[in-house]
Amino acid sequence: MDKTWNNKAWFLVLPVLVLVAFSAVIPLMTVVNYSVQDTFGNNEFFWAGTDWFTEILTSPRFWDALWRNLIFSAVILAIEVPLGILIALNMPKHGVGVPVCLVLMALPLLIPWNVVGTIWQVFGRVDIGLLGYILNGLGFAYNYTQNPAHAWATVIVMDVWHWTSLVVLLCYAGLVSIPDAYYQAARIDGASRWSVFRFIQLPKMKRVLLIAVLLRFMDSFMIYTEPFVVTGGGPGNSTTFLSIDLVKMAVGQFDLGPAAAMSIIYFLIILLLSWVFYTVMTQSDAEQG
Amino acid sequence: MARITLEHIRHAYSPRAKAAGDYALKEVHHEWEDGGAYALLGPSGCGKTTLLNIISGLLQPSDGRILFDGKDVTQLSTEERNIAQVFQFPVVYDTMTVFDNLAFPLRNRKVPEAEVAKRVNEILDMTDLAGMANRRAQRLTADQKQKISLGRGLVRPSVNAILFDEPLTVIDPHMKWVLRSQLKRLHRQSRVTMVYVTHDQTEALTFADKVVVMHDGQIVQIGTPAELFERPSHTFVGYFIGSPGMNIMPATIDGATARVGDQTIALSGAPLLEGQGRIELGIRPEFVRLGREGMPVTINKVEDIGRQKIVRATFCGQPISIVLAEDDDIPADAKVSFDKQAIGIFVDSWRARTVTEGQEG
Repeated sequence: MDKTWNNKAWFLVLPVLVLVAFSAVIPLMTVVNYSVQDTFGNNEFFWAGTDWFTEILTSPRFWDALWRNLIFSAVILAIEVPLGILIALNMPKHGVGVPVCLVLMALPLLIPWNVVGTIWQVFGRVDIGLLGYILNGLGFAYNYTQNPAHAWATVIVMDVWHWTSLVVLLCYAGLVSIPDAYYQAARIDGASRWSVFRFIQLPKMKRVLLIAVLLRFMDSFMIYTEPFVVTGGGPGNSTTFLSIDLVKMAVGQFDLGPAAAMSIIYFLIILLLSWVFYTVMTQSDAEQG
Repeated sequence: MARITLEHIRHAYSPRAKAAGDYALKEVHHEWEDGGAYALLGPSGCGKTTLLNIISGLLQPSDGRILFDGKDVTQLSTEERNIAQVFQFPVVYDTMTVFDNLAFPLRNRKVPEAEVAKRVNEILDMTDLAGMANRRAQRLTADQKQKISLGRGLVRPSVNAILFDEPLTVIDPHMKWVLRSQLKRLHRQSRVTMVYVTHDQTEALTFADKVVVMHDGQIVQIGTPAELFERPSHTFVGYFIGSPGMNIMPATIDGATARVGDQTIALSGAPLLEGQGRIELGIRPEFVRLGREGMPVTINKVEDIGRQKIVRATFCGQPISIVLAEDDDIPADAKVSFDKQAIGIFVDSWRARTVTEGQEG
């Protein structure tokens, strides 16, 4: 194809460039700027080099938060993806049940994050919360404000409640795009229920599953609002994930330099892991093709 | 291999439609011979796919029973009926190789692997896919995919019947012809009962021993291609089969003569008229003579289609088509006459028997 050089084309992409510059590039550069300097106020800055990066990467506090977050994301994916597929497979494909199910499924997604947190914070309370009160009434000493395991369980169940719908809706969209003839052919071919899933439904859901896994990974790895509202990162530091830790450092302690360094490291980790997920999931496609 | 008996089958797609008497498939009561090659021919929406799915067990008929070799299979699932079916649009298992796709129906039925390989290789040769046996089925062209679908239908050796639902729609014309002859050959070798759904009369007439013509949810005629051409039992068969279709015009009957407009036409016998239906006279364009003798006609247009000429004319205010040989002359003051033996009289669209053939059945 012949290429036409026309410098006016730059004017067409200029608005986007300006927008991206103001919304992403300039803030990011500011963060980079902070991460290599130190300040004691008065707008005076001193060159700090890689000191903050070294400090973050050698601090146990960062590594603990990172591990907590990785385990959290892994658990979330391990529950939400299979559960989402299972629910999507069992949703009706025709009739009045379809809109009813879709609305029910979309409900949790429509609730703002801090409201979800508040709902569960109250729901789980031992004194007035339905869940906490009943569990304790049944003789189970549930208390998410004191027991780290209970805090984890609460945050995970909350996330599953909030976000499984996203996986369900994406998978459902993949499933309804399969023509009836596939199921009919499978019946004629004598395929088992498992074979139908393995050879028809799963391959058709693959693309949307990739999106679901990426979105759920990135979101759960950046989770902040809900655990902040429910547990505030506690008890102790048991539910202090990276975002919560970062905000504590930047806003709570006003350590701008280390917080900026941590932001950059955090950003690179998400970028790297997302790239790994994407490559692994699209690789299997290319290999066999 | 089986004889298929359809006993008073009817089907409506919803209870509401059934209550309203709105049947997608009106009553079908027929027996199809073991080892026959049948074509179900009709326009879209005439119920042919419904009938096919009822035979294969993908649909449960609202009323009636289906028997294979005298055994009631109405309640049996598709697998239990041991039927193969090929669909209009290609169905391939994307993640499998071409070989595995073809082997899938056999492996699901626990056929020994040696037997699987033998059958699959036969089908690969037949469908001309041998070169790509180990490729993944995902990135193939539409007609390669359809050949895989077709192959999966043919791969099982002992099925009761193989059903085809417009299987060659997406295949290009040359390959269509090749595959159809291979199906025909396969049928002659294996004598499996085959039912082939199509809306293409050429396909139906070349594939089948018996063509089943469907119209508006019912079977209007089952016959050999020659029977359908010479003695259509319904006006729909008259104009659906043949190109151009049968000329049909309103008529009145008086003994062994018919009147169309102000013309009187002699018939080979007096038709048996029962009741007071709408009477029509039908004659195929091939049996209309154009000459200096006969009834007046106005010629509008002559289409030359190579070996033949089609004359479009007006006869007693009705459009009429006449087929002439390539080198037949068209006289300046042309008149038409009808071949007596080829005239059919239809009452309410159904062919009326004549007095002489009244005993036939």
